[in-house]
Amino acid sequence: MADEKIKKVSIVCSKGSLEGIYPALIMANGARMEGIEVNLFFTFFGMDAITKKKVKKIKVATVGNPAMGIPTLIGALPGMSAFATRMMQKKMDALDIPPIDEFIEMIGAAGGKLYACKATVDMFGLSKEDFVDEVESILTVGDFYALSAGGQIIFT
Amino acid sequence: MATKEIAGITVNVTEDGYLTDPSQWTREIAQAIAAEEGIALSDAHWKVIDFLKKDFASTGALASIRRINKTGGIPTKDFYTLFPDGPLKKAARIAGLPRPASCV
Repeated sequence: MADEKIKKVSIVCSKGSLEGIYPALIMANGARMEGIEVNLFFTFFGMDAITKKKVKKIKVATVGNPAMGIPTLIGALPGMSAFATRMMQKKMDALDIPPIDEFIEMIGAAGGKLYACKATVDMFGLSKEDFVDEVESILTVGDFYALSAGGQIIFT
Repeated sequence: MATKEIAGITVNVTEDGYLTDPSQWTREIAQAIAAEEGIALSDAHWKVIDFLKKDFASTGALASIRRINKTGGIPTKDFYTLFPDGPLKKAARIAGLPRPASCV
C-alpha cells in the first residue's frame, strides 16, 4: 500500500451507455465508502446519467462492442440492446449494485458532489431543471479544474 | 492471526483490527473499538450495529450500504453521518464482523 492515502478524486463520466456509466459511479461511490472526497463531472453522453428524461432509459451497447461476443449484425436486431441491458441489470441487482438513478441518489446521499458540463449543456440545449436534484451546478472545464485542485482526476 | 486486548478481553483479530470470531464480540468491545475510531455510540449507532449483526447471522454476509438503507431502514445520508470517513468499514469493525469485501 502507498504511504499517502488518496484524499480527493474528480471523476469524469463521458459515455452514455450502461457499461460506460457504471464504472464512473462505482468508482465514485467506492471512493466515498473509503472516506475520499468525490466530484463527479458528467460530460457529453455521460450526462444522460443525470438527465431526468434519460436516466431510466440507459442501455448496453450491443453494436460496436467486440467484448460482448455478439456479431454486429445480430447486435443491431431490434430488442437486442434492451435484452442485454435487462440481463446485466438482473446480475447487478443480485450483487446489490443499484440502477443508475438510485445509484446517483446514493452517491449524493454519501456526500459525493455532482456537476454537469457547461459545453454539453449548451450543445444539447439543456438547463439545470433537466437534471436530477443531486446535481449541484453546471460547470465550465475551468471550474472543474479549480474544483479538482489537490486531488486525482479520473476520466471514464 | 493476531490477538488483541479490547475492553479487558483478549480477542482474535485480523491485521487491520477486525474480529475473526463473532462469538467473542460484546457490547463493551463495540464501545472500545468505536472509541478508537473517535465515535461515541448512540442509539442510532446501535440500530446500525444490531441490524448488521442480525443480517449477518441470517445471510452469512456483511450487508451492503444499499441493504442497510433498504432492509435496515437506515438512510444512506444518516449512515455516513454516524460513521464518518469509511462508514461500512467502521461499522463492520465495531460490530465485530468481517471487513467489507464488495465494491458497492
